[in-house]
Amino acid sequence: MANVLVCIKRVPGASGQILLTEDEQAVDARHVGWTVSPHEECAVELAIQVAAATGGAATVLTVGSSDALEQLRDALAVGCAGAVLVEADTQHFGPVDVAESIADVVRAHEVAGTTYDLVVLGNDAADTGDFQVGVRLAYALERPVLTGISTCEIDGDTVVARGDGPDGLEVFEVPLPAVVAVMEGGVSPRYPSIPGRMKAKRAPVETLTDSRKPVGSGRVRLKLPPEQPSQVEILGAGADAAPAVVDLLVKLGVVAK
Amino acid sequence: MNAIIVLVEPEAQGASEVSRETLTFARDLAARAGGAPVHAVVAGPAPDEAALLAHLGEQGVATVHRAVDDRLSAYAAAAWAAAVVDAAHSASAGIVLAAGTPRGNEILAHVATRLDVAMAANVVEVDGVDPLVVTRQVVGGSALEEMRLDDAVAVLSVAGHACDPVPVESPSHPEVTTYSPTLTDTDLVARVARTEEAAADESAALTSARVVVGAGRGAGSADGFKDLLELTDLLGGALGVSRVVTSLGWRPHHEQVGQTGSRIAPDVYIACGISGAIQHWAGCQSAKTILAINTDPDAPMVTKAHYAVIGDLHEIVPAVNEELRARLG
Ligand SMILES: Cc1cc2nc3c(=O)[nH]c(=O)nc-3n(C[C@H](O)[C@H](O)[C@H](O)COP(=O)(O)OP(=O)(O)OC[C@H]3O[C@@H](n4cnc5c(N)ncnc54)[C@H](O)[C@@H]3O)c2cc1C
Ligand SMILES: Nc1ncnc2c1ncn2[C@@H]1O[C@H](COP(=O)(O)O)[C@@H](O)[C@H]1O
Repeated sequence: MANVLVCIKRVPGASGQILLTEDEQAVDARHVGWTVSPHEECAVELAIQVAAATGGAATVLTVGSSDALEQLRDALAVGCAGAVLVEADTQHFGPVDVAESIADVVRAHEVAGTTYDLVVLGNDAADTGDFQVGVRLAYALERPVLTGISTCEIDGDTVVARGDGPDGLEVFEVPLPAVVAVMEGGVSPRYPSIPGRMKAKRAPVETLTDSRKPVGSGRVRLKLPPEQPSQVEILGAGADAAPAVVDLLVKLGVVAK
Repeated sequence: MNAIIVLVEPEAQGASEVSRETLTFARDLAARAGGAPVHAVVAGPAPDEAALLAHLGEQGVATVHRAVDDRLSAYAAAAWAAAVVDAAHSASAGIVLAAGTPRGNEILAHVATRLDVAMAANVVEVDGVDPLVVTRQVVGGSALEEMRLDDAVAVLSVAGHACDPVPVESPSHPEVTTYSPTLTDTDLVARVARTEEAAADESAALTSARVVVGAGRGAGSADGFKDLLELTDLLGGALGVSRVVTSLGWRPHHEQVGQTGSRIAPDVYIACGISGAIQHWAGCQSAKTILAINTDPDAPMVTKAHYAVIGDLHEIVPAVNEELRARLG
């Protein structure tokens, strides 16, 4: 039986033009909605699969504002059995602070009788892209850590995990308890069922408060890459443009004359 | 003067291109920091030590710290990090760099944690050296963050193609220091047990192709790729797709381009039926020339492209194929 903790982060869902807040400290998400990274959706899926395969339970956790309840409920709706909201003013949190905050919960739950054999996270957060919370968490908990993982399963006291490496698909066999940071590509996140959604609405969420004095992220300010004015040259419309396309490919040297 | 040390990833022909970019980046940083020497650290097997050393000389490296230990035969991030920390100490390095590759970022995360300092991932520019302030990519490259690194040791990875790898005028003859890093059993727990199949080669074809044919939701269905694959073939290129295409199961994930897929830098990217969402753009913006094929003249992919054809890809792509076949004979 393996209990799994999966950590997700509520992030702005923008796919169009990004706007910054006036103080340049954050992405302005007022008009774009919120989501979690595809890496983390896959982490949730893996957590549910591992828990189901071993008869354990998957718990989802986030550190942030109470608005992140929305993302926790999404994870409950697809099959997480429990949820933890660590309420904190994460505006000034850096990766060290997030990792310590998660580690505190893991330790507290262990004292209360629940050991997480596996903690899964996304490989990198969709907004800050720090590439390090999983590793820092692992050191705080004194556990081995794998990053860039696309699939994993439990075999006895071991987690067998796979991820793309420079020479092919790399396989790791690491003793539990362990920390795994997940990349999109190995599993497809499932969709919530209507009963799943109903259940998620009523599920209790453990709410904790973290009022640590953060180490911080070192952020001075955010800025946008310089806007390039459109310089597109329209080659034509429809099938008639085909000769112009081939002329261009010849000019660019990717088609022999 | 504190040194700047760069973790170099070996490759069949020497040092990887992004490692050489990182060495050039480090050299510029060193010049701004009052002429600090640039050191390199290498751990694990290198297919061609001589070619590696030649590359490091080309980049003006002063000293190479070569970690040697049988236990470094299979990759283990913590062990590599132990090797980097040892080398950083013996070089009295004030700044530790690596390329912003999966391994580079992973090893540096371990290094920063062990040194109890901050880490900046995917840096593209140095804004100031005293204190050290860098600009790095966030939100998949669609926004930038200025970040201050004021710990005793600064740890940062350099984003791919943040600069070109420029050789120095006359190559240096780096001094090579061989050492055995202090490894504990714990450092070797999370190590590659075996490598299974050449899955990485599939996306390697995509990241190294000179021409990439891109396809998005506009392809219409799993059966809508026949003409696009023929175009890919005619151009000797690779197929890249948007996340909509992989989530709908039309094509495998290793073909995905973008923030959570591959980052490509081909000579030509032909983006067909792709809107150009920022997370997709994050993966294709390094293409030298972008040609968009889209029904919507206002799609971001069209306005950001160099060239565009407006219309239905299912009419345009077959016509282009026919024209290509005719000209290629
Ligand atoms: C954190 C995060 C990470 C993400 N990572 C990635 C990533 O790595 N890669 C990625 O691609 N996306 C990623 N996405 C998703 C991204 O935001 C977009 O949803 C996705 O890229 C859109 O795919 P698309 O352009 O194929 O589809 P759409 O946005 O639906 O666009 C389809 C386009 O095709 C055109 N079109 C339709 N029919 C035709 C036709 N017959 N002929 C020609 N043109 C036609 C339309 O005009 C439109 O422009 C991510 C999202 C998030 C939140
Ligand atoms: N505030 C947070 N709450 C919960 N998990 C987080 C938080 N921030 C980051 N994570 C997890 O850590 C992963 C890596 O984040 P990062 O190191 O910031 O790129 C993310 O994909 C999440 O799974």
